[in-house]
Amino acid sequence: MRNVAIVGAGMTKFGERWDKSFQELAIEAAKRALEDAGMDLKEIDALYIGNNAAGRLIGQEHVAGVVADSLGVTIPSTRIENACSSGSVALREAFYAIKSGIFNKVLVIGVEKMTDTPRSLTFEMLLTGHDSLWEGVFGFMPAAGYALLARAHMCKYGTKKEHLSMVAVKNHRNGAKNPYAHFQREITLERALGAPMIADPLNLFDCSPISDGAAAVILTAEEFARKYTDVPVYIIGSGQSSDSLTVHGKRDLTTIDSVVTSARMAYSMAGVEPKDIDVAEVHDCFTIAEIMVIEDLGFVEKGKGGKALEEGITEIGGKIPVNPSGGLKARGHPVGATGIAQSIEIFWQLRQEAEGRQVSNAEIGLSENHGGIGATGSVMIYSLSSNPRR
Amino acid sequence: MFRISPNLIHWRHIPEFYRFEGVKCTKCGKVYFPKKYICPKCGFAGELKPIKLSGLGKVVTYTTVYAGVPQLFEDQTPFILAVVELEEGPRVLSQVVDCNEEEIKIGLKVKMIIRKLYKDGDMGLVFYGYKFRPLYEE
Repeated sequence: MRNVAIVGAGMTKFGERWDKSFQELAIEAAKRALEDAGMDLKEIDALYIGNNAAGRLIGQEHVAGVVADSLGVTIPSTRIENACSSGSVALREAFYAIKSGIFNKVLVIGVEKMTDTPRSLTFEMLLTGHDSLWEGVFGFMPAAGYALLARAHMCKYGTKKEHLSMVAVKNHRNGAKNPYAHFQREITLERALGAPMIADPLNLFDCSPISDGAAAVILTAEEFARKYTDVPVYIIGSGQSSDSLTVHGKRDLTTIDSVVTSARMAYSMAGVEPKDIDVAEVHDCFTIAEIMVIEDLGFVEKGKGGKALEEGITEIGGKIPVNPSGGLKARGHPVGATGIAQSIEIFWQLRQEAEGRQVSNAEIGLSENHGGIGATGSVMIYSLSSNPRR
Repeated sequence: MFRISPNLIHWRHIPEFYRFEGVKCTKCGKVYFPKKYICPKCGFAGELKPIKLSGLGKVVTYTTVYAGVPQLFEDQTPFILAVVELEEGPRVLSQVVDCNEEEIKIGLKVKMIIRKLYKDGDMGLVFYGYKFRPLYEE
């Protein structure tokens, strides 16, 4: 099978984008990716669209058709929906389409328009990434789900409320240097700790925002990559797996099993280990998620995620910088776009293009994206070399 | 979440919501609530038999929810959500009621109680189902 490279990337500014429609966001990201690669739209063989909930949020399904029509193309177009992991799963499908030789050049777009609906309807939509039937009927919502995990993690490993807030402070600090971020301002630990409570122990500053935005990347096979860029970024590993949709069905309330499994698959495909990763973008939909995931990815020992924040090892300049983009917390979380935006940050980091927030000498990067409380887990590993095993 | 008729959803799940019935695998004996259709433990795809659960269990984790809930539940905040481990083994998520924030803790013994879950709009039906309350020494 062929090696696969990202040769172009582009995204819109994330945030409350009342100025742009769903279609306009998708097109803007796509145009920027094409321009970045110096590629003509006519060269693209297929589209993969990551989108969670256009049906509920803009009253429009058949998103694959909508995007193809807006771009004015007649090539195959497929929409992938895996809740918050829709973007990375779309990217993974595109990755395999190139790898297998079915297509040569593919455009992957993640897009979500979340602020056209009243806030209460957006909350209802976000709940549908979780179990409506057995948890939704009791007033469950995403923050409550992660609060249940946070309490279990605190009880078992001594993780403190301060550790959660430190994730928010770090990611806001990084987001302040990202011109595409929803929130481009720093916050203090005191402010984060004192924010209004949402679902104890998670307060408002432990939650990622509701954002609009789109992100796009272009994939091609290694043999074509140099035609478009001097610095292709290869996808060298990918893993995806499923776990319980419900909180009550989880094997362990302090671990996201689908992330552990997906990471194992991705590390094995890439032939690298956690210690080889120079930079990572992870799914901090809620602050506790970043703490659990850095453990599940093997960056720190299980239970030491909170301490890692204290020690600063996940800061830019630390041993393993996590979410230099600002993560979901500060960059924002337009659900379908998130997985692609994570890949773009790694693309920029490995190419030394992340001005103001650059991790030095990053050669191998990782992105982790999950849906629900981990019903879908997806991990991808990227490298400047198509075969970093040497 | 409830754009489709909740009447039908609740009617289909009377055994769970109103009788608190789980299922037991006739091959390996593992008990599930809510019901499973194929035994995740042993893979048995034959009959999983209904079993009435005692309703007794203990809190494994909990949260008090203050904000950010769908409109249907706004009048219930703040409320306590918990994962309860039942005597028979399965874990279930629901609200813990008749309990204040000082009282709720991991390990708290609770008992199932039928309560109002939500109302389908101002003119709609009221739906009932299982919640939990602290188990007092009686």
